[in-house]
Amino acid sequence: MKKFSLILVSIFLIFKFSIVNSYNSDPKIFITELVNEAINKLSDKSLTDEQKLNFIEEIALEHVDVKALSLYTIGEIRKSADKEILVRFQKTFEKYFLKSLTSRLNEYSSNKLEVYSAEVKSSNYTIVKSKIVETKDNPEIKIDWRVYTKNPEKPLIRDLIVEGLSLARTQKEEFASILSSNNNDINILISKLDEFINN
Amino acid sequence: MNLKKYIICVISAFLLLNSTANATEECFEGASRAIFKFNMAFDNVILEPVAKGYNKLPEPIKKGTSNFTSNIGTLLSIPNHVLQGNFKEAADATASFLINSTIGVVGLANPAEKLGLKAQQEDVGQTLGSYGVGPGCYFVLPILGPTTARDSVGLVADSFVDPFAHITWRENELLGISGSKVDYLSFKGTDAVDFRADNVVNFESLEKNSIDLYASFKSLYLQNRENKINNTSGNDEDWGNLDN
Repeated sequence: MKKFSLILVSIFLIFKFSIVNSYNSDPKIFITELVNEAINKLSDKSLTDEQKLNFIEEIALEHVDVKALSLYTIGEIRKSADKEILVRFQKTFEKYFLKSLTSRLNEYSSNKLEVYSAEVKSSNYTIVKSKIVETKDNPEIKIDWRVYTKNPEKPLIRDLIVEGLSLARTQKEEFASILSSNNNDINILISKLDEFINN
Repeated sequence: MNLKKYIICVISAFLLLNSTANATEECFEGASRAIFKFNMAFDNVILEPVAKGYNKLPEPIKKGTSNFTSNIGTLLSIPNHVLQGNFKEAADATASFLINSTIGVVGLANPAEKLGLKAQQEDVGQTLGSYGVGPGCYFVLPILGPTTARDSVGLVADSFVDPFAHITWRENELLGISGSKVDYLSFKGTDAVDFRADNVVNFESLEKNSIDLYASFKSLYLQNRENKINNTSGNDEDWGNLDN
């Protein structure tokens, strides 16, 4: 009986977990559900900061295409780079991305986001358009989401474009500056990222 | 031609010749990075504290100041809309300026926006961009911040095209109205504080998360100018095959 209860509880937990983490595959609805859940969690006073961070890290790793993003940020060098170094860079980038993401959480936890349209760019990309609603203290901010839709069942976020400014492109140009002043040596970029992560 | 005008012409010609260069290319990176450091120090010591103080003012005062500077900024947009052949936008901007300056009490309120007249900010750099002039190389100016060869020429040209600069910076009379250089500098200073105050959190976040802050500012500046010139946001370049 104890074993049976354990199985039941496990099934329930797995089911619950999959409900929490499954979003609609339509890019517009996907972004709406994902962001609303994130904002709800961040403003939930019953959760500790650590729980909130863990939640955000989980959904980021699940729904942001961090691997592709890391490749994008080093531009053409990805084509000629040593595979081993590339894998090391991707692992470091993931940590860098999560640290950078979670450091910004408190800035947006009290905002309300409205998703108002979606533009299919190609079979691979849809741009979902949204805005952070204007409040007494903050102006309206337009945020576009570049959603990768190659697998229509599992859309992935590849970029955030805030008021027309692409965060991925900014990151790419920042890395390009570091690479170009260091003979395009990815190892130096990795060590700079490590420095940031450990600070 | 006096010496000052000659120097301006030579510098403008040099910068415009450079406009075929890609904006990612630096004019003189070492000097720009040093100036950027100076600008950041200036920001930390003066601009940021002033902006934070400004943010503590009552909302109607902040909103009124922002509306006021934005309304005066429309004066520069009107001739640039015309130069770009955007006559509807020029008419909208003119209507917006007239409504806000009268019903909106010298621009402190923005009733024009409620009527659907949202004035887009345009300058000579954007006009040159719309004519196909490339950005040229990138550099940083003391206090004024990031720019490109094209935009710096535009910056100088703005003072000739802008009616507000005409009566303040150039101290000429227009329709019986005159001003002084102090008025111009006060306006520019207030506009800078208003912009900085709106972006306190963004600046902090950028400073905290950048591993090369100079490069981040450069990227954001260039993207912003590109978007303003093309009147679009974002592009699809470089998002080719990223699958391993």
